[in-house]
Amino acid sequence: MTKAMTGAKMVVQALIDQGVEVVFGYPGGAVLPIYDEIFQQNSITHVLVRHEQGAVHAAEGYARSTGKPGVALVTSGPGATNAVTGLTDALLDSIPLIVLTGQVPTFMIGSDAFQEADTVGITRPCTKHNWLVKETDQLAATLHEAFHVATSGRPGPVLIDIPKDVQFATGTYTQAKQVETHYNPQVKGDMDAITELAKAMETAKRPVFYTGGGVINSGPAASQLLRELVAATGFPITSTLMGLGCYPASGDNWLGMLGMHGLYEANMAMHDCDLMINIGARFDDRITGRLDAFSPGSKKAHIDIDASSINKVIHVDIPILGDVAHVLEDLLNVWKARGRKTDKEGLSNWWDQINEWRNVKCLDYKQDSKIIKPQYALQRLEELTKKHDRYITTEVGQHQMWAAQYLGFEDPNRWMTSGGLGTMGYGFPASIGVQMAHPDALVINVAGEASWLMNMQELGTAMQYKLPVKQFILNNERLGMVRQWQQLLHGERYSSSWSESLPDFVKLAEAFGAKGIQCHDPDTLDDAIMEMITYDGPVLFDCLVEKHENCFPMIPSGKAHNEMLLGDDSTEGAIQGAGEALV
Amino acid sequence: MSALKIKKGATSHSAYNLRPNYSDTVERHTLAVLVENEPGVLARVIGLFSGRGYNIDSLTVAEVDHLGHRSRITIVTSGTPQIIEQIKAQLGRIVDVHKVNDLTVEGPSVERELALFKVAGKGENRIEAVRLADIFRANVVDSTLESFVFEITGTPEKIDAFAELMQPLGLQEIARTGVAALSRGAV
Repeated sequence: MTKAMTGAKMVVQALIDQGVEVVFGYPGGAVLPIYDEIFQQNSITHVLVRHEQGAVHAAEGYARSTGKPGVALVTSGPGATNAVTGLTDALLDSIPLIVLTGQVPTFMIGSDAFQEADTVGITRPCTKHNWLVKETDQLAATLHEAFHVATSGRPGPVLIDIPKDVQFATGTYTQAKQVETHYNPQVKGDMDAITELAKAMETAKRPVFYTGGGVINSGPAASQLLRELVAATGFPITSTLMGLGCYPASGDNWLGMLGMHGLYEANMAMHDCDLMINIGARFDDRITGRLDAFSPGSKKAHIDIDASSINKVIHVDIPILGDVAHVLEDLLNVWKARGRKTDKEGLSNWWDQINEWRNVKCLDYKQDSKIIKPQYALQRLEELTKKHDRYITTEVGQHQMWAAQYLGFEDPNRWMTSGGLGTMGYGFPASIGVQMAHPDALVINVAGEASWLMNMQELGTAMQYKLPVKQFILNNERLGMVRQWQQLLHGERYSSSWSESLPDFVKLAEAFGAKGIQCHDPDTLDDAIMEMITYDGPVLFDCLVEKHENCFPMIPSGKAHNEMLLGDDSTEGAIQGAGEALV
Repeated sequence: MSALKIKKGATSHSAYNLRPNYSDTVERHTLAVLVENEPGVLARVIGLFSGRGYNIDSLTVAEVDHLGHRSRITIVTSGTPQIIEQIKAQLGRIVDVHKVNDLTVEGPSVERELALFKVAGKGENRIEAVRLADIFRANVVDSTLESFVFEITGTPEKIDAFAELMQPLGLQEIARTGVAALSRGAV
């Protein structure tokens, strides 16, 4: 069935046909026809953000917490350029997004028209794919294709640039099922390679599962299969920042997060293992540390849907190209059919070793009765919120690492953080996107005061849509991670890492009509957190914490997994030579 | 996707060969990339090379199937085997890319390049230029009393050699198409 309609109407129709419920956006001249159509319908809720970057991060939060693609709608020129950070963030963390941008009319393209930018040119390297649609007849098919590309294979952000005359003109609407696509990434893994891995699992004495965001992107079935595999084999499991929640933090085999600020036991297990099974992670530099000293004695298997992730930085022995859920299902079947074998004695010795590492208690810190330690604040937040239907977003920096260390995630899609790009300002708009998707859930953005200020304007959005997002700000009046690096690496010269002239966060909240809470006393912290949780509306929680706390454990730049710093005492001369140039 | 789908055994660099380690030797590879003939597809390919710091030694592109809406990009690149594998994988994940073939490792192939040479000169030099052109099977496609434009087809090495010989004989300008390449045999 084909129908004639305007391009603007097609946009709304395609979104409805694709099951979109929420669009985050900001209007402007070049998207007015689409906004006019949005005005005349009730199927899709439009959330008016306060800055286009906020729209894209909110769409990311929506996508990460639901597993569905997030949608953002912005105007041409500055609207599109403001979306670039969010697009790059989504590309690096493989988040499916559909970003629609208005464009000047086709006959004005290239004339330096008002609010014209070469949007597809600017966003080509920061999208999975993008399109400039010059004919209304092509628009519907392109929109449907965009959803397919964003969500198939390794997910990612896509952008469709729609000139204003294309929105006004009438064309034929193409149904989603009529669209043919050649983009169909392979999801089934090679059975020979899977069997190879099953064999390796049977004889491994020191195996470890190293999981990542790919497990979460693969969908709930992948997490279920992973849990089954871990339970059946008894192997230890660690995860990257992006993969937290795919295996429950309360699970027996859980080692905690690995990487630069990962747990001692996780990193030591990675270093000393004899079989590393990478499931949907990408050997990121925050994970590997010094490459030539990365897990020197292990056989490495890598399950990834993206061929370019395999052998990119670390050479692996058993590459398996495919979707995590598909591969894990086959792997479980093969391993079971071969007799469910593992090296029981080897595993038992391995667990003894791991438990010794656990006894180091790498997350211990010096408690203080007068000042709130950031770690303590998060421990209390965890204790008081873990029973809730809870979603956590974060900004970027020390607080983000502490949140990853001290909060426990039992399920996938509950943890939204900017991993690859490390975007300060991500967490607040993301929390808005999450709350839109889960209106009754407890949504908390763990933030630092500096990150939070980067997109503070979205407090207006939270108020307008009555989104009770909780902004839990660990306020140390510092750019904490920058300060930490300056202490360790730049002779304690704290160049521009103080947050000077900070606002009064309580008054700031009140200026928007939100609730502000300030707390500086460990004794009243619990009551203050409870007040935040029970308040029906957005809360700005200004938690004044120790100003000079460093984030440990830490693998210094240019060091290996077994050269971790565990506390302030061990930092003297920790980063020298080539490591100084690394980030 | 294509990079790992290369016929088994056809390449010494397939990820499925479970090779122990890649060497550090820089190799020159000719890649044939079949793409959807969409606006921006060339920019995507070039952007990939510049953005990730890969080399382009030569690049040619033209539509090869009008009805099927396909263009063929032939890229000559160089890098260590690991980088070459990475380039193929990165090309393979571009949505508009249908197929990536590494002609250097997938079997024998032919490579040709066309070049135009403008050579100006008089007397002995002029005669010598024509004589060499004849040896290289170059055609004269434009002629004045003081100049020739030669058209020559061959491997890049042959064209390099011709350029070297023309240099002292009054070489003015060269235009080269870049490499076009096909695998030998029926398929």
